[in-house]
Amino acid sequence: MAINSEILLFPLLTPLVAAVISLFFWQSARYQRIVFLLGILIYLFASIRLMTWVWTHGYITYQGGNWPAPFGITFVADLLSAGMIALTAVLAVMSALYFEGGIKNSKVSNIFHPTLNFLIFGLTGAFLTGDIFNLYVWFEIMLVSSFVLFTLGGSRSQLEGSIKYVAINVVSSSLFLAGIGVVYGLTGSLNMAALAAKLPLVENQGLVTLASVFFIVSFGIKAAIFPLFFWLPASYHAPPLAVSSLIVGLLTKVGIYTMLRFFTLIFTTDTGYTHTILLILSGFTMVVGVLGAAAQIDFRKILSFHIVSQIGYMVMGLAVYTPMAIAGTIFFIMHNILVKTNLFLISGLVKETHGTYALKKLGGVYHTFPFLALLFAISAFSLTGVPPLSGFWGKFMLALGGLEAGQMAIVGISLFVSILTLFSMTKIWGEVFWKKLPESTSMIINRQEDLLRSRFLMVIPVLLLTAMILLLGLYSGPFVDYSMRAAEQLMDTEGYINAVFMR
Amino acid sequence: MRTTILQTAITLLMPLFFLFSLYLLFRGHNEPGGGFIGGLTGGIAFVFHAMVFDSRVTRRLFRLNPVRLIAVGLFLAIFSGVIALFAGEPFLSSVWADFYLPVIGRPGTPIVFDIGVYLLVIGVVVQITFTMSTL
Repeated sequence: MAINSEILLFPLLTPLVAAVISLFFWQSARYQRIVFLLGILIYLFASIRLMTWVWTHGYITYQGGNWPAPFGITFVADLLSAGMIALTAVLAVMSALYFEGGIKNSKVSNIFHPTLNFLIFGLTGAFLTGDIFNLYVWFEIMLVSSFVLFTLGGSRSQLEGSIKYVAINVVSSSLFLAGIGVVYGLTGSLNMAALAAKLPLVENQGLVTLASVFFIVSFGIKAAIFPLFFWLPASYHAPPLAVSSLIVGLLTKVGIYTMLRFFTLIFTTDTGYTHTILLILSGFTMVVGVLGAAAQIDFRKILSFHIVSQIGYMVMGLAVYTPMAIAGTIFFIMHNILVKTNLFLISGLVKETHGTYALKKLGGVYHTFPFLALLFAISAFSLTGVPPLSGFWGKFMLALGGLEAGQMAIVGISLFVSILTLFSMTKIWGEVFWKKLPESTSMIINRQEDLLRSRFLMVIPVLLLTAMILLLGLYSGPFVDYSMRAAEQLMDTEGYINAVFMR
Repeated sequence: MRTTILQTAITLLMPLFFLFSLYLLFRGHNEPGGGFIGGLTGGIAFVFHAMVFDSRVTRRLFRLNPVRLIAVGLFLAIFSGVIALFAGEPFLSSVWADFYLPVIGRPGTPIVFDIGVYLLVIGVVVQITFTMSTL
């Protein structure tokens, strides 16, 4: 399999090379921007190539420097990680278009583009690595880049948000490291496949469960599950919108991804304990997230609390722990990344026209920009899960998985939360789109044609994302198939171990 | 901290720092040392220089933009990994030449990687020093 390792390395090295090239163009923002856009397009191409390859041929592994598996550094691409990388690429392209369209006249720091590339590099590494200590290193690359992106600009509210973000992530990283230490002490290995093979044989299973709790808390902070989610709404508004939707959207999903990886591959011996914790947490995450959203009076804050609530659904699929439920989680991640980003980008467009996110000062969008209202309605319905849009299929799979496993309570909660989600979407719809424009608000752009013309590059990604959401809902067959196969691959621990050790 | 004694000493010691950092860099493959430690030692020369003179003087002495050094270092490190791909091996495998050079020994991709790390670390240390001294 070593022959194909460059297919796996291509998406990993592209952002790194792009970052280095843009460091060479330190003085020229224009060249940096060109390098970034080119790099991200190549990255998209590379990730799709990886995904199709994994779809047709199965696992790809790469042993760093040709050192064999338990000793060297292992990279593994399976359907889940390849799919996550492809999603990262799609989201990065959309955010990049939106961002580059928006900053035409404002100046951007010359560290911005290289750092964004390093962030994508870290994300890709975290998705591909097959070694828990390396996962820690990739997390650090990602976090350090996101710290820089959060604080660029250095305004008061940014620094306030960033301090919370940095502090909570330092806690998370140290817990992660402690967990790694315990696991290493028990087995003498850091390779995920080796751990999966060795941990069930450990005599003192209590210690294994203890280690797993370290990881639940650490990844729980990253993924923003209850009760560790508070950093997310607090720091979300710090960077520019497109950047924050990229960072927070993907960082929480990395948390979910690592949870999926750890609790289907490594910690599977005491599922009665670990997965019950996850199940309870997922229920609370859903409910608290959606209630938090109901209390907000700011367009963007409502949406960021919704992220928390949606994370609950993803954890729920993992906690139910049947192939159908995990497939539901994977489908839900796809759906959520697209829909959530689209809603955020639309809220950014509303900010472009009205100059504010406060619900009280917004209004009349439906009257002035009917097209924007249509785009929002599609995404909002999709988020709440109205059939036949994409959210419906995700929730359907999750509910089906839950019912099959006999977890009635959590299915009930998830359906109830859907209604509350619909409620807060109605609130946005009523306040932002239907309500008459308050007289005190002066609009920056007040004709639809002007918006489409002057913010052309910002509207394009919204259109593309809406098209993808519709595709994901109306033509969901291939995507459901992909999730099902990815879930089966996840549950097949033996297959992963054999692929890494090339047996 | 403008003292004549320190200034004279640092001017004399800087070449020594450098020599030592290069020594650490090249002995690194099988013995303690390597690009990272070498780079730190080399960086210290400039940190001291900036402390006893002024960061503007150091900047003039350094001439390059440290960021450029970081970029070159990273590029060399990636490049050393790509060489293996051309040799038909996985990325980052060691590829060795079949001739010997005096002092260094048999050149291979690990030394290219280490030189990359060396430049990168010097660049980072110097950039941090410059940034903090102009605050």
